[in-house]
Order: sequence, then structure tokens, then C-alpha cells
Amino acid sequence: MSFPWAKHYEPKQPLMRWLDEKLPLPRLVYGAIGAGYPVPRNLNYFWNFGVLAGLALVIQIVTGVTLAMHYASYAGGAFGSVEAIMRDVNAGWFLRYAHANGASMFFVVVYIHIFRGLFYGSYKAPREMIWLLGVTIFLLMMATAFMGYVLPWGQMSFWGAQVITGFFSAIPVVGDTIRIWLLGGYAPDDAALNRFFSLHYLLPFVIAGVIILHIWALHIPGSNNPTGVDVKGEQDTVPFHPYYTAKDGFGLGVFLFIFAALLFFAPNSLGHPDNYIPANALQTPAHIVPEWYFWPFYAILRAFTVDFIGIPAKLLGVLAMFGSILLLFFLPWLDTSPVRSANYRPKLRVALIVLLFDVLLLGYVGGAEASAKNVILGQIGAAYYFAHFLIILPWISRSEKPVELPNSITEAVLAKHGGTSPAHTALAH
Amino acid sequence: MARTISTLIGAAFVFVLALALFGTVKTAITEPAAESAEAVFHRHPADINLPSAGLFGKFDDRQVQRGFQVFKEVCSACHSLKYVTFRDLTKIGYNDAEVKAIANQWVIEQPTVNPDTGEAATRKNMPADHFPSPFANDVAARAANNNALPPDLSLITKAREDGPNYVHALLTGYQTAPAAMKKEFPTFSTPPGLHYNPYFANLNIAMPPPITADGQVTYVDGTKATKDQMARDVSAFLTWTAEPNLTARHAAGTAAIIFLMIFIVLAWGAYQNVWRDIKH
Repeated sequence: MSFPWAKHYEPKQPLMRWLDEKLPLPRLVYGAIGAGYPVPRNLNYFWNFGVLAGLALVIQIVTGVTLAMHYASYAGGAFGSVEAIMRDVNAGWFLRYAHANGASMFFVVVYIHIFRGLFYGSYKAPREMIWLLGVTIFLLMMATAFMGYVLPWGQMSFWGAQVITGFFSAIPVVGDTIRIWLLGGYAPDDAALNRFFSLHYLLPFVIAGVIILHIWALHIPGSNNPTGVDVKGEQDTVPFHPYYTAKDGFGLGVFLFIFAALLFFAPNSLGHPDNYIPANALQTPAHIVPEWYFWPFYAILRAFTVDFIGIPAKLLGVLAMFGSILLLFFLPWLDTSPVRSANYRPKLRVALIVLLFDVLLLGYVGGAEASAKNVILGQIGAAYYFAHFLIILPWISRSEKPVELPNSITEAVLAKHGGTSPAHTALAH
Repeated sequence: MARTISTLIGAAFVFVLALALFGTVKTAITEPAAESAEAVFHRHPADINLPSAGLFGKFDDRQVQRGFQVFKEVCSACHSLKYVTFRDLTKIGYNDAEVKAIANQWVIEQPTVNPDTGEAATRKNMPADHFPSPFANDVAARAANNNALPPDLSLITKAREDGPNYVHALLTGYQTAPAAMKKEFPTFSTPPGLHYNPYFANLNIAMPPPITADGQVTYVDGTKATKDQMARDVSAFLTWTAEPNLTARHAAGTAAIIFLMIFIVLAWGAYQNVWRDIKH
């Protein structure tokens, strides 16, 4: 697909030749993640996270499908069925903790993956479609994670569902009707729990489908790289297999190590104690907070505390919260600089590092109680978030003088190793 | 064009947030939030270092059994333990015959139906049964407890921040409100029927002090039953009821971590070997 020097699949065994003629599945795999996919030779560890995200999804589906065999999706029995999984199902505690912490690991990996894209300009031409599909995956993940968190039917499940579906009641005139329609009632109950379960089971497979499109779109221009410079020739690339499969194997080990440490030794550290209290519609928890991976967006929601030209604060907050993610769809056209990698964009690099700390600040604020100090921090943080994407980034792309780019990936690599001649090919043989 | 539009939208967001910020700062200055008695006098539980705490923590069966005895003789009068079964007790060192005897002699019986008349009845507990609730339903529980509902204890140490330490601190934390309270928060009071306890979220708890005197329980294993010891033991028991697989989890985790360390070393070696001739 991508480059003329990409190797083609040549089955040697008769059986594989036979299979390749009837159904060229091995050929597809060979070209997608095998030796037939040439990849820039200079990728750093940030490029491990795409594969890890795919792996995290597989872990979620495998553990999730097994958990669903034991889970009961009705309000009277959901909490008890989760406890039965924890106590009476063989290795049930392992499955459930793997699934709950697996969601956190999935988000950690995806957040790093997204930041990689932001830093190295992976969203820019010719890779806009990859980025758009990626943001779509992120949205689907958020929906899936939210609905999954409702399923154990603890206090935070119930009140989280109450708050999140409450966003829709901010829509003028028809809001309440929409909310009741979505919930199938006036408050979360059997109807809501059942449809959330149904969708929570469905959406991961939709995500898997969009991931296939994401990878398909990736294989047209090929992978970006830390210099952001296009691949010029064969010397700039190595075949995905064995080079990046070997590197991803190492990345996988580190990922699983952190995952195991969390799962076996601190499985409840990222959860909220209140979710071990069965849902109670008559008792509101002292602080309703979503899971950590939603905190930055929750902080943006809560930052809007005043009505503005007749628009109620709540509606503004909801619009801003959705807007904070939807604006990512416009990123390829907000950033007009021809240079991709922030390594060669001194101003953008500073702005992105500020953005990173800003999102961490929003995360802290979103998880903390809404004291005056935290609301103030959240308002400043939210303002910078929007200013970064809608004002700073577009204007920086216009005014900034990029640092001189290397002529090619190979030149950059050799310069790093003290060499000067770009004549060597990437492959030794 | 795109730049102009995005700048305008961005400016609108920043402007609204600036307005909101102005409002928040103004309110914070003109009407600073009054400190609440809960915020000032609430105390965090002290660490009691149960054997189950820490990376390699595991249950001390003798302690958990003592805790079970406290639960049986004190807590179970009001609190249910509905996610735990009698047969689970085999995991803390009781044998099958002992579990059968414990179930059989349990004061509260299992609700059932009289097979001849169809009327509600009760029967003796069996090992497969969950611990029966001391009250027929929540209404009955509230009626017997000054309108407060004693929570189910199966998951209490996971349902509270710093649970195992919290249970111990709460049980030993009953006291009279400090003198400073009267001075700083004259409106604060402990209404009749409630009890001051600085470890409880809103400082006034409906549960009367359950552990009142040393020797309230006579331990089968001869351990001296001080108030602190009983609170410690019952907290160990409730840590077990909330997370009965903790010991197995820690053991599996240690094995997984060792396996993954070997995996990482091998994967690193393979990675270096594959890339040995390529500058990158």
C-alpha cells in the first residue's frame, strides 16, 4: 500500500499458497503489521502506544465478555451479581479487577497516544482522516466507559448516571423529554441499566471496527515520525516486523507490569469507595465525581458558573464540555503550519507543555471538591484549554519561525549518532 | 478565515470564563465560605497496620476468627452480612464440621416457607446460606434503631475511605465533643439519640458505642479482649468479608510480577538484538 519498496507476501508452503489464493488473509496481516509495512526507522517509545491501546481493547473485550456471563442487568440484582462474581465465580475477582483497572490503563495509553499525535503533528495532512477516526474512537470509548461504570449499580454508578443524563435536560424546551426518553424513566432504573448494558456490550465492537478504519487510513501515508519529515526513500524505513514487533514486545511487557501492579496490589485505588454502597435513589453522596479519566472534562463543565446572554450556566457548561472534545475534530485545519513535529516549533512546544500541565490541573480540579479555590483554578484552566486550541495554536502557526528541519529521517538519525553521510541504508544488508 | 472564526469562538469561551471567574473571586472575597464543624473537627483514622495491609499482606486467620467472634456477639445484633455465606468461613480456618455447627447455632434463622401451609416460616441455617439479616426489612431495622439504618457490613471496609483503619478508629473514637467545639461552633450540637464521634463524616453517629468495656467478649483463644483489641480484630474480620480473596490476590500478583520481570528482560534482549545493526 504505502511505499514502492514494501515487500510483498510470497507464500512458500503449498498450504499457505492455497490459502492465499482463496482468501488472502495472511497477505493482509503481512502488509498491515508484518514485514510488508515499511515504518520510519526513528520512532521513539511514544509510538508504542497505538499497539498498546489495541491490546487494552482486546483485554477489555475478553474480560468483559466473560464478566457478562455472570452479570445480571437489573436494578435489584446488579450489585449482588457483581459481588457474586467477586466471591463465587472462579477467578471472578481477577476478571473484574482486570476489567475495571483495564479501563484505566486503556485511557492512560490513549491519552499518551493522543498527546503523541498533538506533539508530533500526526493530525496534519496527509493524516487528517486517521486523526478524525481517532477522535471518534475516543468519543466511543468515553461513552462505553461511562455506561460500564453504571453497571455495578453502586452509589457512584447511579448518581453518575443521574448527572450525565442530566446534561441532556440542559437542552432548551425538549431537554427533559429527551432525558426521560434516554433513561426510559424519570430516574435511572431497570430500563436505563438494561440499555446501558446492551450498549456497553455493543460499542467495543464498534470501536474495534473504527480501529480497523484507523489502521487502514494509517497505511495510506504510513506512520509519522519524531522529525515529522516525510519518508524519502527505503533507507528511511525498516519493516514493521521484526523491528517494531520486537520493540512493541518490550513495550507490552512494561505495560503489563504496570497493569499487574495495579490489578493485584491496588485494585481499588482508582475507584471511589462509594461505589461499594448499593445504589440508593434517596441518598445523594457527599461528592459525586466521575472516574479519573473524565475529571478534566468534568472540571470544564463545572467552570461555567454564570448565565450569559440568556444561556443558563448549566447549558454553557455542557456545551463547553462537549465542545472541548469536538474541537479536536477541527485541529487539522486550526494548525496551518507546514511543520509537523513540535521539536522544530519552539513556540508550539512551549504551548503544548503548558497545555499538558493545564489538562493535569483540570484533572485535579475535576476530582476535587468544588471549593472556591478549585473553581477558580478550574476556570483559569478551562480558559487556557480553549485559548490553546482556538487562539494560540492558529496564531502560532502563522507567526512562528520553525527551526531548520533535517532533509530526511536518515540524516536526522545519523546526525544524532555523530555521522554526516546520509548514504547508508537503514538495513545493514 | 478559519483562524478568524476560531479566534472569535475561542474569545467567546475565554470571555464567559473570565466573567465566571470574576463572579467566583468576588463571591470568595465578599462572602467567604464559612468553615464547617465537620471540616475542622473531623479526624482521619490512625493506621493500625493489619497483617492484611501492604504488598505482601495476608490474613491472620486467628485474628480474623477473633473478629468473627466479636461480629457474632456484638455487631450481628443489628448489622447484616448478606454477601457472605457460612461456608466462606472455611477460608479463615474453620473446618466443615465447625462451619456446620456455627450455621446451625446461629441465633437468627433463615426465612423460608412452611412446606405444608405456605406460610412464612424460618429454618436453621446451613453452610450454603448467606448470613441472615437481623431485621426482616429496612423498615423494621429503622423502627428498632431510632430511625437509623444499620448498614450491611459485608463491604464496609471497601465502602469507606481507608476502610480497615476507619472501622477501628470509629469503634474506639466515641467521646464527648471537645470544649473547643462549643467556642468555635456554638450552633453545633449532638441531638439526643446520636453520639459524638470525630471519625464519622458528620461527627454525629446514630450507632451507640458497640464496644463499651474490656472483656466484653471472652476470646476462645485466650487473647485479652481489650477494647482496642476487639476493634482491631473486628476490623480485620470486616477486611476479610470485603475482600476474601486478598491473600490469593497478593500471591498471584507476586508470581505475575516475577513472570513479567523475566518477560521484560527477554523482550528487551530480543529488541536490542533485532535492532543491533540499525541506527535509530
